[in-house]
Amino acid sequence: MEATGYRLSVEGKMGEGATIRLAGRLSLNDLQPLMADLQAIPGRMKPLRLSVDLAGVEYMDSAGALALIELENLAGSLSIPFDLLNVSGKNHGLLGLIDREALRRPPLRPESVRPSVVENLGELARRQVRDFFEIMSFVGDLVMALAWSLAHPRSVRWEEVRFYMKRAGADGLPIVALISLLLGLIMAFMSSLQLKQFGANIYVANLVTLAMVRELGPIMTAILVAGRSGSAFAAEIGTMVVNDEVNALVTMGFDPIRFLAVPKVLAAMAVVPILTVYADLFAILGGLIVGITGLDLTFFTYVQQTKASIRIFDLATSMIKAVVFAMLIAGIGCQRGFQVKGGAEGVGMSTTSAVVSAIFLIILADSAFAIMLHYIRQ
Amino acid sequence: MDRQMAGCRSQGVRIRRQEEQKSGVEENYFRSSDLRKRAAPGMDEAPYYRTGITVGSPNTEPVIIVENLTARYGDVTILEDVSFEVRRGERLMILGGSGCGKSTLLKHMIGLLKPYSGRILINGIDIAQADGEALHRVRREIGVLFQADALFGSMSLAENVALPLVEYTGLPPELIREIVRMKLGLVHLAGYENHMPAELSGGMRKRAGLARAMSLDPTFLFFDEPWAGLDPVTAAELDILIRSLNEGIGTTMVFVTQELASIFSLAERAIMLHKDTKGIIARGTPADLREKSTDPRVLHFFNRQAD
Repeated sequence: MEATGYRLSVEGKMGEGATIRLAGRLSLNDLQPLMADLQAIPGRMKPLRLSVDLAGVEYMDSAGALALIELENLAGSLSIPFDLLNVSGKNHGLLGLIDREALRRPPLRPESVRPSVVENLGELARRQVRDFFEIMSFVGDLVMALAWSLAHPRSVRWEEVRFYMKRAGADGLPIVALISLLLGLIMAFMSSLQLKQFGANIYVANLVTLAMVRELGPIMTAILVAGRSGSAFAAEIGTMVVNDEVNALVTMGFDPIRFLAVPKVLAAMAVVPILTVYADLFAILGGLIVGITGLDLTFFTYVQQTKASIRIFDLATSMIKAVVFAMLIAGIGCQRGFQVKGGAEGVGMSTTSAVVSAIFLIILADSAFAIMLHYIRQ
Repeated sequence: MDRQMAGCRSQGVRIRRQEEQKSGVEENYFRSSDLRKRAAPGMDEAPYYRTGITVGSPNTEPVIIVENLTARYGDVTILEDVSFEVRRGERLMILGGSGCGKSTLLKHMIGLLKPYSGRILINGIDIAQADGEALHRVRREIGVLFQADALFGSMSLAENVALPLVEYTGLPPELIREIVRMKLGLVHLAGYENHMPAELSGGMRKRAGLARAMSLDPTFLFFDEPWAGLDPVTAAELDILIRSLNEGIGTTMVFVTQELASIFSLAERAIMLHKDTKGIIARGTPADLREKSTDPRVLHFFNRQAD
C-alpha cells in the first residue's frame, strides 16, 4: 500500500456552490489529514451547495469512503445540499456497502464503567463467599472420589498416576535439591557467624536439621511443587474445560473428578513426601559443606550431631505434613482448573489463583500443625 | 437480521438512485435486497450480479503467485511442487478432502509456515524471505479469518477490531471508534461494540472476525473454513456478505473449504488438492470441475460420494 496520498482542490466562491475535486489515493494512510481538510471546507466557504468530484480518484478504501460520508453528514447538518460526481462503479459499490445508520447508532450496551470502591468490595466479598462454597463442595466431591478409589483400587488410572508422579516428582527433583542445598548452606553460614562467637559451632548441625525437618523442608518443597505442578494441573484442566473436553467426559459417563483429579492428587501425595526427604537431605548436605569448610567440623561429628538432634517423631510429622500439603496443592490446582470460565484469560487467572491459594493454604495448614504439634510434644 | 440489513442499505441505495438520475450511470451496482432474494434459494445456481467491476476476470493481473511450493513437516511431505496464481479481485477456493494439505497451503500463503522449497510472491514480495519493512508491508495487506474466529476473548468486539488500527495507524481514538463502527456496520454488527466475543453466536463471531480481518482494508483476505460450524442460513448470509465485500471493495479472496454449497455460490475459480498426489489434481470453475472433470476423485468430491 504505497502512500502516494491524495490531492484536493476546491472550486467556487464564498457563499456560492463549491466543488471539491479529489484525486489520487483516498486511503486509511491519509485518513486523518483528508478528514480534516474535507471537514474544514463547509465552515470556511459556507457554500450554497457542495459537490465532490471523484474523477481523479485512483484508489479508495473504506476509510476514504468514510471521510466522504462524514463530509456528507456535516453538509447535511448545515443544510447544505451535497452530491458526489463521477463516482466509479467500484467506488459506488464501496459507498453502498457502508451502513450510514451504523455510524450513528448508539451501542446496544454502554461501555463498562469502572465500578466504585463499594461495588468492588461487594463484588469481592460475594466472590469470596461463592469461592468458599465451591471449594467446600469440591473438597466433598474429592474426598468421596478418593474414598471410592481406595475401595476400588482397580478403578484408579494408575498409568496416569505414574505419569504425574514423574512430572511432579522426578522432574521436580533437581530444582528442589538445588534450592534446599542452597538453603542449607545459607542457614549454616548465617548461624555459624553467631554460634562461632560462643564456641557452639557444632550446634549448626542441630539448627539446620531441626529447622529443615520440622518446618522448612515440607514448606519449601510444597511451595515449589505448588509453583511447578499445582499451576500445571490448573492450566491443564482449565484448558480441557474451555475445549469442552470435561463435558465430553461427563457425557461419556465418567466422573471428571475421579478421572482427572484423583490421579493427580494421588501422585502428589506419593511424591511430595519423597521430595521433602530429599529436600531435608540436601539442606543437611549444605550445612555439612559449611561445617567442614568453614567451622572445622569433621564429617563424622556433623553427621553424629545431626542424628542426635532429630527424633523419629519429627520425621513422621514432617511426612504427614508433606502428605497434607500435597493434597492441598493438587486439590486446589484441580479445583481452580474446573472453575475456569471463558477462554485463555480464564485459564491464566485460574493458574495464578491455583498457586496463590495453594501457598496460602500451605501456610495456614502449617500454622495449624505448629500449634497441634506443640501440644502433642508436651 | 433481515430488518437490520434492509435498514442499513436504504441510505446507500438512495444515494445511488440520485446519482443514477443525475449522471445516467447504468445499473452497475447490486442491491443487497436483490442479492438476498436471489442468492438464498438454491445456492447451486451461482447467480452473477452486475457490479460494473470486472471482479476476478481472467484479465486482471496475478497478485499472489505460488511457485513450485513443497511443504514438509519434518520428514513428511504434505505438498509437492504446487504452483498456481491468484488474480486481483478474484475469489479463489482451495478445495480437497481432509488431510490433503489445504490448511498447510494457506498457512504458507499467509507466511505462518516457511516453504521447504519454492516460493510465494504476494504483490511481488516473497513472503518467506521478506523481513523488516517489506514483511510489515505485506502483513498490512493481508487479513485472515481463522476457522475458530480467533477473536481475543478478553477484549470487546470494538477492542478486537480496533487493535490493528491502534497498532498500525496511530489515528486518534475518536476516529478509530468511528472506523470500528463502520467496520461492524459492514458485517451487520452495528451496536455490538461493547459485547464480548463469548456473548455472541457462532455466526456473529465469524462476522466479527471478518470485521477484524478487514480493519486495515487489506488487499487480500484469506478464509480458513469460514463456514465450519455455521447453520445453513447463517452460512448463506455469510456468503452474501463476503460476495458483497468482494464486489464492493474489490478485495482478493482466497478460501480454504470443503463446503459444497458455498463453493458453488462464491467461487470464481477453484483448485483441488489431493493427499495421494500431494498436489493440485484439478483447476477451473466449480461448475466445470463438477461437470467436465473425468477424475473420479474430483467427481466424488463434488457429488459427495465415498471413494
